[in-house]
Amino acid sequence: MNTSAKAKGGMSWAWFHKLGSPKWFYGISGRLLPWLSIAAALLIGIGVVWGLAFAPPDYQQGNSFRIIYIHVPAAMLAQSCYVMMAVCGVVGLVWKMKMADVALQCAAPIGAWMTALGLVTGAIWGKPTWGSWWVWDARLTSMLILLFLYFGLIALGNAITNRDSAAKACAVLAIVGVINIPIIKYSVEWWSTLHQGATFSLTEKPAMPAEMWLPLLFTVLGFYCFFGAVLLMRMRLDVLKREARAGWVKEAVAKHLGHTASPRHGAER
Amino acid sequence: MSFESFSDFLAMGKHGLYVWSAYGICFTVLAINVLAPVFARRRYLQQEARRLRRESIT
Repeated sequence: MNTSAKAKGGMSWAWFHKLGSPKWFYGISGRLLPWLSIAAALLIGIGVVWGLAFAPPDYQQGNSFRIIYIHVPAAMLAQSCYVMMAVCGVVGLVWKMKMADVALQCAAPIGAWMTALGLVTGAIWGKPTWGSWWVWDARLTSMLILLFLYFGLIALGNAITNRDSAAKACAVLAIVGVINIPIIKYSVEWWSTLHQGATFSLTEKPAMPAEMWLPLLFTVLGFYCFFGAVLLMRMRLDVLKREARAGWVKEAVAKHLGHTASPRHGAER
Repeated sequence: MSFESFSDFLAMGKHGLYVWSAYGICFTVLAINVLAPVFARRRYLQQEARRLRRESIT
């Protein structure tokens, strides 16, 4: 009985150790990537066309509200990405899991792009709606701080040449900075603000009709799939570089080159 | 379809410039995020191919 319990314990942790194995990650991510990419393209495509052409105009904002279908997914992803990085930071620090460090550092530029996109689309939406591109409002300011946190993480990762020190420093900054996420979330409730709440509606009108929020659901899910796909692409390259000396990486690189480089190689001889 | 004609669709009420610039920027950012890792991977594999060729000669 003792041994069976032990085996069971071993079983339940096996996935966690696998997750930390670059080789296992490279294999599984290669199989996952096409599906994530297809899902992202379909969901974003359908959501954008639906939101731009078929959703009814807002009775107050007219057609400028259609920016919501890219603004909300970008802003949500910007925050989710940061939370994911903080979780990776904890996993990396506590369990010394290599793949968590890889995920943390590969996600930072994507998160920065999404934060910038949220801020820019918000500014473009703010001009016709509030009459101003930018206001020093709690929500906007805390999102700007998020962008600087991403810049800080990217700079820190690049500045420290020792891989373990860089991973540790980035993990600590990611964990400390996560305090900004609830501030962003509740900024519209704690401080008086121009930015509308999470109900999607500028006024106190009840929830938006389904033909307005369904396209948003599509683009939000699409953006998450997109994030998964581009994060895996970055992580896969990072794994190839980090594990360049491992036998399985040499094999994988040779296999990738087999399609592109070796015919030319053969012709030279 | 919530628009009468294609020109109506392009005009977006009087918000055409705002809506289309926001979407244009969005798809540019998405494209950058796809192309950056694709090109980085290609560059790395070419670099590895050169290195392997050098090593096989020496």
